[in-house]
Amino acid sequence: MDIEFAPQDEDFRAEVRSFIEENYPKHLVGADRGDLSKEDFLAWHKILAKKGWVAPSWPEEFGGTGWTVTQKYIWNEESASFGTIPPLPFGIGMLGPVIYTFGNQEQKDWVLPGILSGETWWCQGYSEPGAGSDLAGLKTKAELDGDEYVVNGHKIWTTLAQHADWMFCLVRTSSEGKPQEGISFLLIDMNTPGIEVKPIITIDGGHEVNEVFLTDVRVPAKNLVGEQDKGWTIAKFLLGNERSGIAGVARSKKAIDRLRDIARAELEDGKPLLDCGAFSRKIAELEIDLTALEYTELRTLASESKGQGPGPESSILKIKGTEIQQRITELTMEAVGNYASPWVPQLDRGDNYLAIGPEHAEGVSQTYFNNRKTSIYGGSNEIQRNIIAKMVLGL
Amino acid sequence: MDFSFTEEQTLLRNMVQSFVQDNYDFDSRMKIVHSDEGMSHEIWGQFAELGLLAAPFSEEMGGLDGGPIETMVIMEELGRGLVVEPYLPTVVLCGGILNRHGSDAQKEAHLAGIIGGEDIWALAYSEPQSRFNPADVLTSAKADGDGYVLNGTKAVVAAAPWANKLIVSARISGDQRDSDGLGLFIVEKSADGVSTQDYPTVDGNRASEVTLENVAVGADALVGAAGNGLALLEEALDHGIGAVCAEAIGHMKCLNDATVEYCKTRKQFGVPIGSFQVLQHRMVDMFMEYEQSVSMTYMVNMKLSEGEAERKKAAAGAKVQIGKSGRFVGQEAVQLHGGMGMTEELNVGHYFKRLTVIDTQFGNVDHHLKRFAAA
Repeated sequence: MDIEFAPQDEDFRAEVRSFIEENYPKHLVGADRGDLSKEDFLAWHKILAKKGWVAPSWPEEFGGTGWTVTQKYIWNEESASFGTIPPLPFGIGMLGPVIYTFGNQEQKDWVLPGILSGETWWCQGYSEPGAGSDLAGLKTKAELDGDEYVVNGHKIWTTLAQHADWMFCLVRTSSEGKPQEGISFLLIDMNTPGIEVKPIITIDGGHEVNEVFLTDVRVPAKNLVGEQDKGWTIAKFLLGNERSGIAGVARSKKAIDRLRDIARAELEDGKPLLDCGAFSRKIAELEIDLTALEYTELRTLASESKGQGPGPESSILKIKGTEIQQRITELTMEAVGNYASPWVPQLDRGDNYLAIGPEHAEGVSQTYFNNRKTSIYGGSNEIQRNIIAKMVLGL
Repeated sequence: MDFSFTEEQTLLRNMVQSFVQDNYDFDSRMKIVHSDEGMSHEIWGQFAELGLLAAPFSEEMGGLDGGPIETMVIMEELGRGLVVEPYLPTVVLCGGILNRHGSDAQKEAHLAGIIGGEDIWALAYSEPQSRFNPADVLTSAKADGDGYVLNGTKAVVAAAPWANKLIVSARISGDQRDSDGLGLFIVEKSADGVSTQDYPTVDGNRASEVTLENVAVGADALVGAAGNGLALLEEALDHGIGAVCAEAIGHMKCLNDATVEYCKTRKQFGVPIGSFQVLQHRMVDMFMEYEQSVSMTYMVNMKLSEGEAERKKAAAGAKVQIGKSGRFVGQEAVQLHGGMGMTEELNVGHYFKRLTVIDTQFGNVDHHLKRFAAA
């Protein structure tokens, strides 16, 4: 057992760190995800694309970096500790691997370059009003009519669909057999007539998710990925990828540093809150939980680098990772005391707007409210526990 | 021992409940919250007509002679409707201070305006640096002739944008956190030198930063004895705790009912999700947290009129319970509603947000744990 990084890994760390410091767009340093325009979301993505570093998780032949597992880990750590806006997950993390694993040559040729360059914004058409945790219960129907599918249905919780050019979508092509049979994986141009995107405003006041209504949407049959009715395999493959990387250890470390800074600035009876035993113990507990998660993730990575793919154990990373993220946002809100409650939406701030309370208090409640989603999305934490119970414990 | 409500209290509950049901459904509430004003003066006028604004005041002042139990009943029902109109600051906090400690002249001058619905009051006691310690006061009150001159800044003053009258805590003597030397002053918001920066809060309410710059008030503005303000203020805040505990059990009850109903009807994997034992137990935990909170809410409201030491301990204990339970129930209600619980459109998230603010209001769990331990 050895937890030291090799010298060449430390060299690599120095290289990526200076690249980030020198090239990350200045106006996006410390930017809040809630306030980003489409261009902002893509700015860093495009810089990384030029450098060839936008898709470290992909095989080299499709545009990956060829980094070792350790190098990828270091990259994620450095990106997080700088606080970069990560490249959009829909293309790089979700669809890309599906296409190079299940797509035909033609699909590889037209889908992958657009993902890498950032030219095509993808969104994920999975959940439906009646199909959340039970994804296989989806009803959006696609019927073959000549060389086109005609798609009718209703998708929901579609993240950032308001910016999307294309959607990868699970549709029902057959209602025979088990619900998992008869699902197909379809690529749909969001400009096709019959698609309507309706915003859903969440409790933090943000517009991140949407409903997507599909009415007689005609999709060329060649946009089917893999075989018709065999899309469930692809769906599961994609969800497995979605779970890895969700632990967010490096980003949580950074968030705890920020929490500690806030607790140092906030005073209780004239003394820093950080010096108050009860509060510093809570931060300590969080840090210990995070250390455990970090080593759990490292153990997963170590077995991955020996060729063992991420198993159902990766559900631990999702559950613990999101619980820790939520706890950090909760404590951050707690730290700022009374100034957690003011809420002036960006749009309502006139030219004469004066910040209310200390700068570090701004938006902490919104972040707390927004983060409640993390134990719901990507397979709720209840579903993740079911996976562990069934696949790991054999119950 | 008797935990039952009197006939009058039951009638009071029924009246508030049906008023809220008929006039304050969730859509109406959101229209009010999103309006420029942020509250409804029409609803406030109806509160006056129904006698709600008179509840805790003596009959000779035109009140209904109610006590903390009546306030509890009203607040619980207002909580169910997520009512934003400023009952707590006007009637419970400021009305309570005037009622308990105001001179005859002050009561004469101010209670009728509260009871009639003409005046809205806000209690300006916290400061940017004070966190949850009401003794931590930098705002100064300098004796000047017969009266005082006030200078300072008050932070996150609930309902101040709507208020025309304020009660302000200010230091007449002593150092920043001394428990002696405070005074509570009645200040007209329109007085020279008072300015506010108004803003919405995350729970759909409104608050202000209130700045006092050489605000001159007469000797008759001081409530109670000079220097004794902290005792009056702490007592008022404990009454506020009794009231928000009641409001919070109204929220929790609605969240629990909504969650059970949702889990009975929401189907996944071909069955209602409420048939899963893991979710059943979660809802049982929510139910138990609610019941424990009800118990502590009754306890504190029965003890508000007891001696100071007992009152303080009761208030601290109840606030810890409500803070913890409110957080648990709110978070779990959102979780069990899944994505729907995250939407602005559903009332669940709004109960959750109000419970989140209540956790901080008048001091959070850590603050009251410490206070309880010291009591």
